[in-house]
Amino acid sequence: MGLELYLDLLSQPCRSIYIFARSNNIPFEFKHVELFKGEEECGPGGAGGRSPALSVALSADSVLGKKPAAAAEVEVEVSGAERPRTGPSNSEGDGKISLLKKVPALKDGDFTLAECTAILLYLSRKYNTPDHWYPSDIKKRAQVDEYLSWHHTNIRANAPKTMWIKVLIPLFTGQPLPPEKLQEVMEGLSTSLKQFEERFLQDKAFIIGSEISLADLVAIVELMQPVGVGCDIFEDRPRLMEWRRRVEEAVGKELFFQAHEMILNIKELSNIQIDPQLKEHLAPVLMKMLK
Amino acid sequence: MGLELYLDLLSQPCRALYIFARSNNIPFEFKRVELMKGEHRTEEFRKVNVLMKVPALRDGSFTLAESVAILLYLARKFKTPDHWYPSDLQKQARVDEYLSWQHVNIRGKGGKLFLIKVLIPLLTGQPLPPEKLEGATEELNAVLNQFEEKFLQDKPFIVGSDVSLADLIALVELMQPVASGYDLFEERPKLAEWRRRVEEAVGKQIFQEAHEEILNARNVTADKIAPELREHLKQQLLKQV
Repeated sequence: MGLELYLDLLSQPCRSIYIFARSNNIPFEFKHVELFKGEEECGPGGAGGRSPALSVALSADSVLGKKPAAAAEVEVEVSGAERPRTGPSNSEGDGKISLLKKVPALKDGDFTLAECTAILLYLSRKYNTPDHWYPSDIKKRAQVDEYLSWHHTNIRANAPKTMWIKVLIPLFTGQPLPPEKLQEVMEGLSTSLKQFEERFLQDKAFIIGSEISLADLVAIVELMQPVGVGCDIFEDRPRLMEWRRRVEEAVGKELFFQAHEMILNIKELSNIQIDPQLKEHLAPVLMKMLK
Repeated sequence: MGLELYLDLLSQPCRALYIFARSNNIPFEFKRVELMKGEHRTEEFRKVNVLMKVPALRDGSFTLAESVAILLYLARKFKTPDHWYPSDLQKQARVDEYLSWQHVNIRGKGGKLFLIKVLIPLLTGQPLPPEKLEGATEELNAVLNQFEEKFLQDKPFIVGSDVSLADLIALVELMQPVASGYDLFEERPKLAEWRRRVEEAVGKQIFQEAHEEILNARNVTADKIAPELREHLKQQLLKQV
């Protein structure tokens, strides 16, 4: 059994890992984790693959961008599970692959790993990807580390919320989006984007200079989230738009769009049947997360 | 001009840097940036870090922010002992995993408790509603449970038998709620044991030196905060809780 990557392409960090692995021809088994599927739809083959548990994972590395109170954590149902789950499953073979029950997750033999940054770095080292992704020059490397760290509490603090407000909350609570909340989030995002341009991108082609690195990849997938839900942050920002074009070309346009197909067609999510039990469970959690 | 570290030891990530550099005998100039006096918002400091945050590093013309980035840079430049950031692929990944997870979890929740118990009341002159404190305490405990169950488990340190950057970053963050009067180690003997091991590994005296200021934070009076900073800080911090 080779490398397994547990991903849902609705999730920003999952997209960065998907793009990185495909772009570098890293062989892996794509384990599709569908964050919003209800009971009736689990498993590609369907045969007997019904899960007794709720089928959504909510965690820091998911589309929601923030970890809810532990009480709301539910199991990840991995579609593609080969056999039906009959009793409580607590071994990794039954579909719970990640220590933290999140996506993205990696499984390499007995070794499991969570957290997007950790997974990207592991892959770059194990598969000896081209130097520019995580340069051996310690100053350039430090610039990548600096962005990857800052990202968590800045771009990633607000970008995911655009999806909560415009899609998830209406979907799960039946209530329309609160306009002031969206404005607050867009303002926060605006501040982060300003800092991104001032400190990280500046007048360079990419964050570390003339070549793309993990920093650009992690940034771009996050910024595609608001784009997908109709908040096009690139519209009035020509320099950012140029950078985005360069990143798309560097990873391969086709691959980039393939990875983003789901988020760019997010309107279809509203047609998904959400398990009513799930709705009831998640609605208060989602509202709380938005404060 | 050698290596400069711009620090305020009231800040958790600054303490991690201070301890790491001192523990490894890395020569540096300690540039104190007093947050309560607003020194992080001066034009001079902006030249070091346009984002106006501590910690920051300046090494010749090279500047760097973000404690994780700075720690890794120092480990590489000064070739510190392997256990801090192991060259073994899987152990290194474990450190990366923790360093990534902690931003919004241990750091987020620990910091929030300190804001609610100490800093915001200091600025506003009144305590926050008790539900805020209860909520924040609950959240912190939830992440502490995860820390114990997923990261530390039954090992002496996060990666195994040796201290690493992960333990250092974790402990300095946990000292923030402790400094606010919430002794989270009291009812968690496994964590208390781990803390003792980390303190010994970095050097008890260095650890104590680094934490002297923050452990006196509750004695700070409002007049210590620059008046022009007060309003700005109040608004910024209230948003975070």
